[in-house]
Amino acid sequence: MDFDLTEEQRLLQESVGKLVADEYDFEKRKAYAKEPAGYSEARWAHYAELGLLGLPFPERLGGSDGTPVETMIVMEAFGRGLVLEPYLATVILGGGFLRLAGSAAQRQELIPAIAEGRLRLAFAYTERQSRYDLADVATTARASGGGHVLNGQKGVVLHGDSADRLIVSARTAGGPHDREGVSLFLVDPRANGVSIQGYPTVDGLRAAEIGFSDVRLGPDALIGPKDQALPIILRVIDAATAAVCAEAVGAMAALHELTVEYLKTRKQFGVLIGSFQVLQHRAVDMLVSLEQARSMTYLATMMADSEDTAERRRMISAAKVQIGRSARLVGQQAIQLHGGIGMTAEYKAGHYFKRASMIDTMFGDADHHLAIVARGGGLIDPI
Amino acid sequence: MDLRFTAEETAFRNEVRAFFRTALPPEIRRKMVEGRRLGKDDIVRWQRILNEKGWAVPHWPVEWGGTGWTPTQQYIFQEEMQQAPAPQPLAFGTSMVGPVIIAFGNDAQKNRYLPRIRNIEDWWCQGFSEPGSGSDLASLKTSAKRMGDHYIVNGQKTWTTLAQHADMIFCLVRSDPAAKKQEGISFLLIDMKSPGITVRPIVTMDGSAEVNEVFFDEVKVPVANLVGEENKGWDYAKYLLGHERTGIARVGVSKERLRRLKELAALEPAGGGARMIDDGHFREKIAAVEIELKALEMTQLRVVAAERRGRSKKPDPASSILKIKGSEIQQTISELLMDVVGPYAMPYQPDLDGSNQPPIGPDYAGPLAPTYFNWRKISIYGGSNEIQRNIISKAILGL
Repeated sequence: MDFDLTEEQRLLQESVGKLVADEYDFEKRKAYAKEPAGYSEARWAHYAELGLLGLPFPERLGGSDGTPVETMIVMEAFGRGLVLEPYLATVILGGGFLRLAGSAAQRQELIPAIAEGRLRLAFAYTERQSRYDLADVATTARASGGGHVLNGQKGVVLHGDSADRLIVSARTAGGPHDREGVSLFLVDPRANGVSIQGYPTVDGLRAAEIGFSDVRLGPDALIGPKDQALPIILRVIDAATAAVCAEAVGAMAALHELTVEYLKTRKQFGVLIGSFQVLQHRAVDMLVSLEQARSMTYLATMMADSEDTAERRRMISAAKVQIGRSARLVGQQAIQLHGGIGMTAEYKAGHYFKRASMIDTMFGDADHHLAIVARGGGLIDPI
Repeated sequence: MDLRFTAEETAFRNEVRAFFRTALPPEIRRKMVEGRRLGKDDIVRWQRILNEKGWAVPHWPVEWGGTGWTPTQQYIFQEEMQQAPAPQPLAFGTSMVGPVIIAFGNDAQKNRYLPRIRNIEDWWCQGFSEPGSGSDLASLKTSAKRMGDHYIVNGQKTWTTLAQHADMIFCLVRSDPAAKKQEGISFLLIDMKSPGITVRPIVTMDGSAEVNEVFFDEVKVPVANLVGEENKGWDYAKYLLGHERTGIARVGVSKERLRRLKELAALEPAGGGARMIDDGHFREKIAAVEIELKALEMTQLRVVAAERRGRSKKPDPASSILKIKGSEIQQTISELLMDVVGPYAMPYQPDLDGSNQPPIGPDYAGPLAPTYFNWRKISIYGGSNEIQRNIISKAILGL
């Protein structure tokens, strides 16, 4: 039992930390957000140079065989910097599907392209009626001439408007809520019948509503086993959940530091406001909540790759509950302790608060995951 | 990073678990599970079983009876003991005065008291708090005047847990009334049979009398009973209060109580033929505290891991985080344990063990509400949660 990083992991932490500190201050981030894709092309190319885009992939495909710990390190640093680039969408989600379920040809073609920064992906799975239920898939892919024809609507597709390829969940068999009969397809967003409406999200990222109308897919578009994609989706979503937990911890830690710093500089009534006990205790409660979130992120990271689906799901769900609750407490109190300045768009605190809050809505919020843990019999087993 | 125990640690856990399964007397275990009050003889009996096994004071130096276990092993031992569930050794001896004597006592004190603590020949109690000195402990007034080879002690201590059983009390006393408040305090070991000591019970709202007032009226204490140097007692008290870093979270206790809660929820009717465990809202309340506890367990393991790397021998302010969260979780569980029996939380049944009357309602209901009221103490004792927040604010946040 240890929480130590290896020497390589420590170096990675150092270099990503430095990258974020040097290249992602608040002013630079504002400029990146104004680029056409909503993030920086130059930064993306730089991540590829540093090997970050290949981190979780096998070495022979241009990666470095990183574990979920490496992903956690990167995501925590990206949370600190409120990084805008589509790392989660491309490397963790899209890359996760290719890594775990892609055919040899798909892996050979696409994974090196991700690692080199030439291919951006987005995962289109949420539908208007599905909320957080991954098996609730109304989009259909009808077999036709060896391939499929895709019809349906996907919503809030993270970075869906800048992706070179979409990975789309669609029903190939069964009724709209069946756990079987879901398949995954690789779709070119420029294909006939694909309509994409991109938009900014409240936390400064980009997403899209995407429609598919009789989109023709070749036989090589299928990713993984037909009708049996749900376990793979769960696995990739669990890994992505662990990743956003780490991102949230990075954002919360930075926000907490910002707040404590403010308490040490802001004067009212002739004294530093950090000398007021009521504010000190609030800052302590934020720290306690942050440390609890960090602990659960470690747990989620350790479980992210587990083949034991039931155990992995309940621990990841537990972590997501903790993250959601901590993000509310840390975020709300950070704004309160800052007072008026915390409300402004010019100041960084609100941006951390917004990202941490939106992470709660990704892959199931605290209430959703609490219900999963409760239905699963909780966490404490009989001895 | 690897959160699994090593093969050796798992083997150790199994060994410890097997020992508790066979060595813990069933009637003591039953009282623990049912949340009934333990008698002095239960605590003494269990401590002597541990001592015979050589596990009375695992965290002490080996030369004084410690086991030389790693911090991880200590953690496993403690957690398994709490989950057995076995009584915790009387902390006033093994975790408080014992480590102070080891660190600051003289040879005579070590040779006399340490073996007796291990085998609980002396029942120790703690004389820190006074009526006017709670969180502001250093304002204490109980005085000790040097008269030749004796001190004469006058004053009053309060909230003295289980003083009614005690043979010895360790006290903070004011030995130099002229010095600044932290600087005139000494640490004395006092025989409870000394003439001039009176113990008066304080009945708490749950109906129990586990705490007391202790009065000192011209009590003669040999100078040989002074620990360390005169007027340095505050340093020893700080050492004592910060000594126990991780046990403070009581994760094992909370796990055991949660298991009990789920057992009772499966038994308790919820109306309409359902059981409490079928109630989705109640189950989510349980799940929510289980998640908090899992996070605390991980936080505790982080502190244990840091301790193992030997980062510092000083009290870790992270233990204040463990105290705050651990106490909140225990209190929430005690609330749910009261809630689970619904209306049968209400009958007051203080002396079930000694009576022939059948219990009113389910036989497990009696102690649940009193325990809820009694456990409010957890966020007050050992430095209230507000004091812990002050510590974190200063030591970690630099405010």
